[in-house]
Amino acid sequence: MEQKSKRRVLYDRTLRALLWFCAALTCLLLAFLIGYIFVNGIPHITWQLLSTEPSFRSDTIGILPNIVNTLCLILGTLLIVLPLGAGAAVYLTEYAKNRRVVAAIEFAAETLSGIPSILFGLVGMLFFCEVLGWGGSIRAGILTMTIMVLPTIIRTTQESLKSVPQSYREASLGLGSGKWHMIRTAVLPSSVEGIVTGYILAIGRILGESAALLFTAGSASILSANLLQTLSSSGGTLSVALYMYVSERGELEVGFAIAAILMMLALLLNLSAKVAGKKLKR
Amino acid sequence: MKRILKGNGQNGLAPKTKGTRAAFETGMNLLFFLCGAVAVLFVLFISIYLIVSGLPAIREIGLAEFLFGDTWKSTGKEPQFGILPFILTSVYGTAGAIVVGVPIGFLTAVFLSKLAGPRVAAIIRTAVELLSGIPSVVYGLIGMTVLVPAIRTAFHLASGATLLAAIVVLAIMVLPYIISVSETALSAVPKEYEEASLALGATEIETYFRVSVPAASSGIAASVVLGVGRAIGEAMAVMMVAGNVANMPSLLQSVRFLTTAVASEMSYSSGLQRQALFSIALVLFLFIMLINAALAVLLKKGKKS
Repeated sequence: MEQKSKRRVLYDRTLRALLWFCAALTCLLLAFLIGYIFVNGIPHITWQLLSTEPSFRSDTIGILPNIVNTLCLILGTLLIVLPLGAGAAVYLTEYAKNRRVVAAIEFAAETLSGIPSILFGLVGMLFFCEVLGWGGSIRAGILTMTIMVLPTIIRTTQESLKSVPQSYREASLGLGSGKWHMIRTAVLPSSVEGIVTGYILAIGRILGESAALLFTAGSASILSANLLQTLSSSGGTLSVALYMYVSERGELEVGFAIAAILMMLALLLNLSAKVAGKKLKR
Repeated sequence: MKRILKGNGQNGLAPKTKGTRAAFETGMNLLFFLCGAVAVLFVLFISIYLIVSGLPAIREIGLAEFLFGDTWKSTGKEPQFGILPFILTSVYGTAGAIVVGVPIGFLTAVFLSKLAGPRVAAIIRTAVELLSGIPSVVYGLIGMTVLVPAIRTAFHLASGATLLAAIVVLAIMVLPYIISVSETALSAVPKEYEEASLALGATEIETYFRVSVPAASSGIAASVVLGVGRAIGEAMAVMMVAGNVANMPSLLQSVRFLTTAVASEMSYSSGLQRQALFSIALVLFLFIMLINAALAVLLKKGKKS
């Protein structure tokens, strides 16, 4: 066999080293980010921070209102986007016959997913807060988020619907069920894990969102008396609160504490998406 | 097969009569169609809204003056609305992030799809997913507390909140998109290509870079375009590290991006200033639409080959 030339050996080794280096760099970067946030943030997570409202009188900061706001936003958005996104995906995979219609909807979803969140925030602010007169409120935030996460939901649901074997559909139809009955009893149950994965991704997106929410849901940190009042009043989520405390008030410690909480939630969501995905493969 | 299905569907197994059943199915069809149509409506709604609210200020200021004016003084006595500094900052910042982020992301993707064993690959893949799951404000916070002070001491500046800091943060933020899209493209290269190259005597590395990478080139290009879109649209992280002064871009100066120009004045703006912010949003939107179109073309090309 011909001996490899020196140049080839050098080329081979340099590139191999570079590949290892870059992959290691990516992993180290993540390790540093997580480590830095946890080291600086976890010591500042106290029960008082988690369980109170911010108070000027006693000069303490609490993020309970922000936690409540975040939960409201996530639940509200999922409630609306669940039927909407799943419905669109069902239409695309089961009903649509016209190729052009499918292409138009898919193109729209792709376009939506490319629009930066600040533009969603701006349009949401103009329409929900000003034209509809809702002001900065959680419900405006919920509707803005619905538009934002819709493409994620459509895509993941569509993928899991596509993975349902065609024979399930044929069997169901063959036994005499109508189309909707077939979808409800044969298609949706066997793609539920994929759909769940989509919702987990959407929760992650809402949790991390700040630019779009700052202008639609506002940044207040006040607990409301009841759910209705919460929905119609301004409220900042955890990410927005992080931004406000760090940029407007220079409260780095609170910022790190919130960042650590957000990171833990992100880790948790990633883990649960994996578990759901694994079940899907089975 | 179809005829059999049809026959069974009509032979009276379902309790409803043929007519109501057909009406029911048509109704469901319509309902699902409406769900799908909502996505299209949203896009139309957003586009029209941005255009309608963005045009008045451009008309009042003048297109050329708005786009190419190099001074932004929105609150002065004689306000000036030139957004060239923002446009250039967004372009330079994005280009910088791509120059830093793409090589690292691309090489990581090659490693991930070709060199890494299943265990190592699983670790890296998780790392990439987690990186993309970190909220942008958290990136901003770390940039503010680590990067900005480091740049200040390294270059002896009064403040480290500079274009450079924004570029580094953006480069890290686009990394996961570049890695995951490139990896998908690289993994889709048919094994036969690589086997043929190896059989002809090329080394593994030569095969990856001279056979696999060219075969996956449109997917890799798509990953870069996706990264451009993400970088140009990022607002909060950049706002926290770039200092937010409307300077012409320079690596070691405080700058303002298109996104941060909108975000930083929106809360207190009024009148023409407010309308000018909508116009900036419109410019940003046009940039994004261009990028989206490029992405769609590249992805289609990738699918064909």
